[in-house]
Amino acid sequence: MIRMTAKISYDEVEVGTELPAQTFPVSRATLVRYAGASGDFNPIHWNERFAKEVGLPDVIAHGMFTMAAAIRVVTDWVGDPGAVAEYGVRFTKPVVVPDDDKGAVIEVSAKVAVKLDDEARTVRVDLVATAAGQKVLGLSRAVVRLA
Amino acid sequence: MALDQSFVGRSYPPTAPYEVGREKIREFAEAVGDLNPAYTDPDAARALGHPDVIAPPTFAFSITFKAAGLVVQDPELGLDYSRVVHGDQRFVHSRPVRAGDRLTVVSHIDSIKSLAGNDVLSVRGEVHDENGEHVVTAYTMLVARAQEGV
Repeated sequence: MIRMTAKISYDEVEVGTELPAQTFPVSRATLVRYAGASGDFNPIHWNERFAKEVGLPDVIAHGMFTMAAAIRVVTDWVGDPGAVAEYGVRFTKPVVVPDDDKGAVIEVSAKVAVKLDDEARTVRVDLVATAAGQKVLGLSRAVVRLA
Repeated sequence: MALDQSFVGRSYPPTAPYEVGREKIREFAEAVGDLNPAYTDPDAARALGHPDVIAPPTFAFSITFKAAGLVVQDPELGLDYSRVVHGDQRFVHSRPVRAGDRLTVVSHIDSIKSLAGNDVLSVRGEVHDENGEHVVTAYTMLVARAQEGV
Protein backbone atom coordinates (compact mmCIF):
# COMPACT_ATOMS: atom_id res chain seq x y z
CA MET A 1 0.00 0.00 0.00
CA ILE A 2 1.32 3.42 -0.92
CA ARG A 3 0.79 6.10 1.66
CA MET A 4 0.90 9.80 1.18
CA THR A 5 3.40 11.16 3.66
CA ALA A 6 3.66 14.56 2.02
CA LYS A 7 3.75 17.36 4.55
CA ILE A 8 1.35 20.24 4.25
CA SER A 9 3.03 23.61 4.12
CA TYR A 10 1.67 26.44 6.24
CA ASP A 11 2.29 28.85 3.40
CA GLU A 12 0.17 26.83 1.00
CA VAL A 13 -3.00 26.63 3.06
CA GLU A 14 -5.60 29.35 3.34
CA VAL A 15 -8.56 29.92 5.58
CA GLY A 16 -11.25 27.78 3.99
CA THR A 17 -8.88 25.15 2.60
CA GLU A 18 -10.84 21.88 2.73
CA LEU A 19 -9.24 18.65 3.89
CA PRO A 20 -10.17 15.43 2.05
CA ALA A 21 -13.39 14.18 3.69
CA GLN A 22 -13.67 10.57 4.85
CA THR A 23 -16.35 8.12 5.94
CA PHE A 24 -15.87 5.59 8.72
CA PRO A 25 -18.12 2.53 8.95
CA VAL A 26 -18.88 1.31 12.48
CA SER A 27 -20.22 -2.14 13.26
CA ARG A 28 -20.79 -3.94 16.54
CA ALA A 29 -17.48 -5.72 15.91
CA THR A 30 -15.76 -2.31 15.64
CA LEU A 31 -17.10 -1.38 19.07
CA VAL A 32 -16.09 -4.65 20.71
CA ARG A 33 -12.60 -4.20 19.34
CA TYR A 34 -12.40 -0.58 20.48
CA ALA A 35 -13.67 -1.58 23.94
CA GLY A 36 -10.82 -4.06 24.25
CA ALA A 37 -8.15 -1.69 22.99
CA SER A 38 -9.28 1.30 25.04
CA GLY A 39 -10.35 -0.53 28.20
CA ASP A 40 -13.83 1.08 28.08
CA PHE A 41 -16.20 -1.84 28.68
CA ASN A 42 -19.32 0.20 29.45
CA PRO A 43 -22.14 -2.18 28.34
CA ILE A 44 -23.99 0.61 26.47
CA HIS A 45 -21.36 0.02 23.76
CA TRP A 46 -22.00 -3.71 23.28
CA ASN A 47 -25.12 -4.86 25.14
CA GLU A 48 -28.38 -3.92 23.41
CA ARG A 49 -30.53 -5.06 26.34
CA PHE A 50 -28.57 -2.88 28.76
CA ALA A 51 -28.52 0.12 26.37
CA LYS A 52 -32.31 0.03 26.04
CA GLU A 53 -32.77 -0.35 29.79
CA VAL A 54 -30.95 2.96 30.34
CA GLY A 55 -33.09 4.72 27.74
CA LEU A 56 -30.92 4.57 24.61
CA PRO A 57 -32.43 3.57 21.26
CA ASP A 58 -29.80 0.84 20.78
CA VAL A 59 -26.10 0.19 21.34
CA ILE A 60 -24.09 3.40 20.77
CA ALA A 61 -20.49 3.93 19.71
CA HIS A 62 -17.94 5.13 22.26
CA GLY A 63 -17.70 8.90 21.96
CA MET A 64 -13.95 8.44 22.13
CA PHE A 65 -14.11 6.11 19.11
CA THR A 66 -15.88 8.81 17.10
CA MET A 67 -13.32 11.35 18.30
CA ALA A 68 -10.44 9.05 17.31
CA ALA A 69 -11.94 8.32 13.88
CA ALA A 70 -12.66 11.99 13.10
CA ILE A 71 -9.10 13.19 13.68
CA ARG A 72 -7.89 10.81 10.96
CA VAL A 73 -9.11 13.38 8.45
CA VAL A 74 -6.45 15.67 9.91
CA THR A 75 -3.66 13.14 10.52
CA ASP A 76 -4.03 11.58 7.06
CA TRP A 77 -3.83 15.08 5.57
CA VAL A 78 -0.82 16.29 7.54
CA GLY A 79 1.07 12.97 7.48
CA ASP A 80 2.61 13.22 10.96
CA PRO A 81 0.01 12.59 13.67
CA GLY A 82 2.42 14.25 16.11
CA ALA A 83 1.55 17.55 14.42
CA VAL A 84 -1.80 17.61 16.24
CA ALA A 85 -1.05 19.88 19.20
CA GLU A 86 -4.60 20.30 20.44
CA TYR A 87 -7.84 18.50 19.75
CA GLY A 88 -11.21 18.97 21.39
CA VAL A 89 -14.82 17.93 20.79
CA ARG A 90 -18.25 18.10 22.35
CA PHE A 91 -20.32 14.92 22.19
CA THR A 92 -23.65 16.22 20.91
CA LYS A 93 -25.51 13.08 19.76
CA PRO A 94 -24.71 9.38 20.10
CA VAL A 95 -23.79 7.28 17.07
CA VAL A 96 -26.39 4.51 17.16
CA VAL A 97 -25.02 1.20 15.87
CA PRO A 98 -27.70 -1.34 14.91
CA ASP A 99 -26.97 -5.07 14.85
CA ASP A 100 -27.34 -5.52 11.09
CA ASP A 101 -24.99 -5.87 8.12
CA LYS A 102 -24.75 -2.09 7.68
CA GLY A 103 -24.08 -0.75 11.17
CA ALA A 104 -23.49 3.01 11.21
CA VAL A 105 -21.38 5.37 9.12
CA ILE A 106 -19.58 8.43 10.51
CA GLU A 107 -18.97 11.11 7.86
CA VAL A 108 -16.25 13.64 8.59
CA SER A 109 -15.30 16.82 6.77
CA ALA A 110 -12.87 19.50 7.86
CA LYS A 111 -11.45 22.82 6.79
CA VAL A 112 -8.84 25.30 7.87
CA ALA A 113 -10.68 27.87 10.00
CA VAL A 114 -7.87 30.13 11.24
CA LYS A 115 -4.18 30.59 10.53
CA LEU A 116 -3.12 31.03 14.15
CA ASP A 117 0.58 31.78 14.25
CA ASP A 118 2.98 32.52 11.38
CA GLU A 119 5.99 31.72 13.60
CA ALA A 120 4.73 28.44 15.06
CA ARG A 121 3.05 27.65 11.71
CA THR A 122 -0.12 26.53 13.43
CA VAL A 123 -3.62 26.44 12.02
CA ARG A 124 -6.97 25.67 13.56
CA VAL A 125 -8.91 23.02 11.68
CA ASP A 126 -12.66 22.74 12.32
CA LEU A 127 -14.24 19.33 11.83
CA VAL A 128 -17.83 18.32 11.16
CA ALA A 129 -18.86 14.75 12.02
CA THR A 130 -22.30 13.38 11.26
CA ALA A 131 -24.02 10.01 11.44
CA ALA A 132 -27.50 9.29 10.06
CA GLY A 133 -27.75 12.97 9.13
CA GLN A 134 -27.17 14.19 12.70
CA LYS A 135 -24.19 16.13 13.97
CA VAL A 136 -22.44 13.83 16.46
CA LEU A 137 -19.53 16.09 17.40
CA GLY A 138 -19.81 19.80 18.17
CA LEU A 139 -17.08 22.41 18.57
CA SER A 140 -14.73 19.89 17.03
CA ARG A 141 -11.42 21.67 16.58
CA ALA A 142 -7.78 20.78 16.22
CA VAL A 143 -4.67 22.93 16.36
CA VAL A 144 -2.14 21.56 13.89
CA ARG A 145 1.51 22.45 13.30
CA LEU A 146 2.30 22.57 9.60
CA ALA A 147 5.60 22.43 7.76
CA MET B 1 -28.40 16.30 44.60
CA ALA B 2 -25.95 19.05 43.72
CA LEU B 3 -22.29 18.22 44.20
CA ASP B 4 -20.28 19.95 46.90
CA GLN B 5 -18.63 23.07 45.45
CA SER B 6 -15.81 22.80 48.00
CA PHE B 7 -14.29 20.04 45.82
CA VAL B 8 -13.36 22.60 43.14
CA GLY B 9 -9.59 22.96 43.09
CA ARG B 10 -8.99 19.56 44.66
CA SER B 11 -6.10 17.47 43.28
CA TYR B 12 -5.59 13.75 43.60
CA PRO B 13 -2.30 11.92 44.16
CA PRO B 14 -0.26 10.94 41.08
CA THR B 15 -1.04 7.53 39.59
CA ALA B 16 1.50 4.71 39.41
CA PRO B 17 3.46 4.96 36.11
CA TYR B 18 1.73 3.59 33.01
CA GLU B 19 4.29 2.14 30.62
CA VAL B 20 3.30 2.73 26.99
CA GLY B 21 4.07 -0.32 24.85
CA ARG B 22 4.48 -0.51 21.08
CA GLU B 23 1.98 -3.34 20.84
CA LYS B 24 -0.62 -1.46 22.90
CA ILE B 25 -0.32 1.48 20.50
CA ARG B 26 -0.66 -0.91 17.55
CA GLU B 27 -3.74 -2.52 19.10
CA PHE B 28 -5.34 0.90 19.69
CA ALA B 29 -4.53 2.17 16.18
CA GLU B 30 -5.90 -1.00 14.59
CA ALA B 31 -9.08 -0.72 16.68
CA VAL B 32 -9.59 2.74 15.19
CA GLY B 33 -8.76 1.37 11.73
CA ASP B 34 -5.86 3.80 11.47
CA LEU B 35 -2.98 2.53 9.35
CA ASN B 36 -0.63 5.50 9.78
CA PRO B 37 2.84 3.89 9.96
CA ALA B 38 3.95 6.36 12.65
CA TYR B 39 1.89 4.20 15.05
CA THR B 40 3.40 0.86 14.13
CA ASP B 41 6.72 1.24 12.32
CA PRO B 42 9.62 2.67 14.39
CA ASP B 43 11.53 3.61 11.22
CA ALA B 44 8.55 5.54 9.85
CA ALA B 45 8.17 7.32 13.20
CA ARG B 46 11.89 8.18 13.27
CA ALA B 47 11.65 9.55 9.73
CA LEU B 48 9.11 12.03 11.11
CA GLY B 49 11.48 12.98 13.93
CA HIS B 50 10.05 10.84 16.75
CA PRO B 51 12.35 8.60 18.81
CA ASP B 52 9.89 5.65 18.65
CA VAL B 53 6.37 4.91 17.44
CA ILE B 54 3.86 7.50 18.62
CA ALA B 55 0.30 7.01 19.79
CA PRO B 56 -2.82 8.48 18.13
CA PRO B 57 -3.92 11.89 19.46
CA THR B 58 -6.68 10.46 21.69
CA PHE B 59 -4.71 7.51 23.11
CA ALA B 60 -4.01 9.23 26.44
CA PHE B 61 -7.69 9.12 27.34
CA SER B 62 -7.45 5.49 28.43
CA ILE B 63 -4.83 6.54 30.97
CA THR B 64 -6.39 9.79 32.12
CA PHE B 65 -9.88 8.40 32.41
CA LYS B 66 -8.66 5.56 34.58
CA ALA B 67 -6.92 8.19 36.72
CA ALA B 68 -10.13 10.23 36.83
CA GLY B 69 -11.70 7.19 38.47
CA LEU B 70 -10.20 8.53 41.70
CA VAL B 71 -12.44 11.56 41.28
CA VAL B 72 -15.49 9.85 39.86
CA GLN B 73 -15.48 7.18 42.56
CA ASP B 74 -14.51 9.49 45.42
CA PRO B 75 -17.22 8.58 47.97
CA GLU B 76 -16.93 12.04 49.53
CA LEU B 77 -17.80 13.68 46.20
CA GLY B 78 -20.79 11.38 45.79
CA LEU B 79 -21.15 11.41 42.00
CA ASP B 80 -23.78 8.95 40.72
CA TYR B 81 -21.67 7.27 38.06
CA SER B 82 -24.61 5.30 36.64
CA ARG B 83 -26.00 8.63 35.38
CA VAL B 84 -22.75 10.03 33.97
CA VAL B 85 -22.25 10.79 30.29
CA HIS B 86 -19.17 12.19 28.56
CA GLY B 87 -19.88 15.80 27.58
CA ASP B 88 -16.65 17.26 26.20
CA GLN B 89 -13.10 16.08 25.67
CA ARG B 90 -9.99 18.05 24.80
CA PHE B 91 -6.29 17.25 24.63
CA VAL B 92 -3.41 19.72 24.69
CA HIS B 93 -0.12 18.06 23.79
CA SER B 94 3.41 19.24 24.49
CA ARG B 95 4.47 16.22 22.46
CA PRO B 96 2.82 13.00 21.29
CA VAL B 97 2.68 10.01 23.64
CA ARG B 98 5.23 7.45 22.47
CA ALA B 99 6.32 3.89 23.10
CA GLY B 100 8.56 3.59 26.14
CA ASP B 101 6.93 6.47 28.00
CA ARG B 102 6.27 5.92 31.68
CA LEU B 103 3.39 8.28 32.32
CA THR B 104 1.86 9.48 35.55
CA VAL B 105 -1.40 11.39 35.85
CA VAL B 106 -2.47 13.97 38.39
CA SER B 107 -6.21 14.67 38.26
CA HIS B 108 -7.66 18.02 39.28
CA ILE B 109 -11.28 19.10 39.69
CA ASP B 110 -11.48 22.36 37.73
CA SER B 111 -15.16 23.11 38.13
CA ILE B 112 -18.49 21.83 39.36
CA LYS B 113 -21.65 23.36 37.97
CA SER B 114 -25.31 22.60 38.20
CA LEU B 115 -27.19 23.12 34.93
CA ALA B 116 -30.90 22.33 34.74
CA GLY B 117 -30.49 19.84 37.57
CA ASN B 118 -27.54 18.12 35.90
CA ASP B 119 -24.18 18.04 37.69
CA VAL B 120 -21.41 19.13 35.33
CA LEU B 121 -17.93 18.14 36.47
CA SER B 122 -14.73 19.27 34.73
CA VAL B 123 -11.68 17.15 35.44
CA ARG B 124 -8.18 17.95 34.17
CA GLY B 125 -5.60 15.17 33.92
CA GLU B 126 -2.00 16.39 33.76
CA VAL B 127 0.23 13.73 32.20
CA HIS B 128 3.99 13.80 32.73
CA ASP B 129 6.77 11.45 31.67
CA GLU B 130 9.42 9.83 33.88
CA ASN B 131 11.59 12.96 33.65
CA GLY B 132 8.77 15.10 34.93
CA GLU B 133 8.25 16.70 31.50
CA HIS B 134 4.71 17.56 30.48
CA VAL B 135 3.33 15.35 27.69
CA VAL B 136 -0.40 16.06 27.49
CA THR B 137 -3.26 17.55 29.44
CA ALA B 138 -6.66 15.94 29.07
CA TYR B 139 -9.73 18.05 29.84
CA THR B 140 -12.79 15.88 30.48
CA MET B 141 -16.27 17.22 31.10
CA LEU B 142 -18.68 14.74 32.65
CA VAL B 143 -22.40 15.28 33.04
CA ALA B 144 -24.41 13.42 35.68
CA ARG B 145 -27.95 13.60 34.39
CA ALA B 146 -30.64 14.74 36.81
CA GLN B 147 -32.76 12.06 38.48
CA GLU B 148 -36.14 11.87 36.80
CA GLY B 149 -38.93 13.31 38.90
CA VAL B 150 -36.57 14.96 41.38
